[in-house]
Amino acid sequence: MKRGSVTVVCRCNDVTEEEIAKAIEMGVDDFELLRRYLRLGFGPCQGRSCIMVAARIFSRATGKSMDEVLSNYRIRPPILPVPAKYFVRGVER
Amino acid sequence: MIGKCSSCFMIVDGVPNVKTCREPVREGLVVERQRGWVPPAGGVELGGVENRELEADLLVVGGGPAGLSAALKAAEYGLDVVIVDEHLRLGGQLLKQTHKFFGSVELFGGLRGFQIAEEYIRKLESNEKVKVLSQSAVYGVFRGGLVGVVGRGAHYAIRPKSVVGSPGASERYLDFVNNDLPGVIGAGGAQTIMNEFGVKPGERALVVGSGNVGLIVSYQLLQAGVRVEAIVEILPEIGGWFVHAAKVRRYGIPILTRHTLRAVYGNERVEEAEVVEVDERFNPIPGSEKRFEVDLVLLAVGLEPDFRLFAQCGAAMKWSPDLGGPVPLRTSDLETSVRNLYVAGDASGIEEATTAMIEGQIAALSTASKLTDGSRASRAIEEAEKLSKFLWDEYRASPLLARARRGKLSVTVSREEMERIRSLNPSPVSFG
Repeated sequence: MKRGSVTVVCRCNDVTEEEIAKAIEMGVDDFELLRRYLRLGFGPCQGRSCIMVAARIFSRATGKSMDEVLSNYRIRPPILPVPAKYFVRGVER
Repeated sequence: MIGKCSSCFMIVDGVPNVKTCREPVREGLVVERQRGWVPPAGGVELGGVENRELEADLLVVGGGPAGLSAALKAAEYGLDVVIVDEHLRLGGQLLKQTHKFFGSVELFGGLRGFQIAEEYIRKLESNEKVKVLSQSAVYGVFRGGLVGVVGRGAHYAIRPKSVVGSPGASERYLDFVNNDLPGVIGAGGAQTIMNEFGVKPGERALVVGSGNVGLIVSYQLLQAGVRVEAIVEILPEIGGWFVHAAKVRRYGIPILTRHTLRAVYGNERVEEAEVVEVDERFNPIPGSEKRFEVDLVLLAVGLEPDFRLFAQCGAAMKWSPDLGGPVPLRTSDLETSVRNLYVAGDASGIEEATTAMIEGQIAALSTASKLTDGSRASRAIEEAEKLSKFLWDEYRASPLLARARRGKLSVTVSREEMERIRSLNPSPVSFG
């Protein structure tokens, strides 16, 4: 559990602004790579609060336009969390 | 807290990741705090899910002002409509709007938001052309234009001839120190707690953002007996309309322009907020820090259109700073590059409920013009043109809506241009 003074970007996976800055400094120059590396937006809300905040930070730090930053960001189904019971069927024994 | 984020996830009856902001209270409910990783729930009953197939002339995704007006208008033209909405009750953000609307009677001027919702619900309930699936959500759109919906123990495979996407927007989040402390909430969330559920969200508040939402929520906080210490605004001028700003000023709430929230502090929840003045480049001015003793910090820093449905369908998107995020490109009758997929309401680039209702109707009329014929079709075209003209040349001509107008213009393309975009970005799904 991280505490003290932190600025949280992804609340689902506890990714902080500091971690994003560090990753960019390390040479992460692609937004999708950043997302995979930090698991940013990979939690149950699927980035609903954090993606645009993170994309703006990334755009500022790298000088890339927002359209460019988001160009490989894909939305795939399910577009929201769905309980597993809707997709599985039991087998009678 | 307007049903989009994950901030209210808790363990309900042993099931993790339940959005408690929209989970109805019932006898014997066990609610537990969810911290970090939760092992998969055991003992969850499988099966018992009903599988249904539905056909519809029009599927409306999201039952707020845009979706409801689209559904009613389409039904008026004889179309079979299905509305899918995540919430318990239809109405979207109208449900928490306790202020009166401006404008003419046809546009519900003089009514309060929740009253408009009641009016719509009453009309829809008695309309047999409209089927409502509440507490249900679209989770994906698949090849052949098949729309997957889950909710209340049922899975629906819906094959609509046309879709109006009106999923709304989510509240923008802000990066500042300790922004995950309890007591930091979205202004819309606070409205849900106060105006829909009747719960006082705190004792002393600081509001961040002086747009209409920030100003209106400040007044509503006062009505709920919450002391509002200040409203901070990073820009040099107040963002919202003069009437709303004058109202909160009269009650003695200071509006600090050129100020931003830098940090909040506290042990288990917010106890103090640190605000700092900024220069022309929005850089903090050292030594200008001010501290407020508050237990509530409301973020009213704008909304972000919910773009997921459109992006998943493969619609051509554009990021617009004036519109709060990525939105689908559309023609003037609101059709996206995915044929027969329309966008309306906040998701089209946010404005407010009145423009949402007009957009919903325009989208429904465009659909009606394609799915009916003869005099009905030409009447739909005529009505859509009239509404569109009113929207662009009168309603949005107000200087108060200049920014939204500019933004929406920048993502609206001609029919010919849309055909060109379609040939360059063929979408994997289609309706019709």
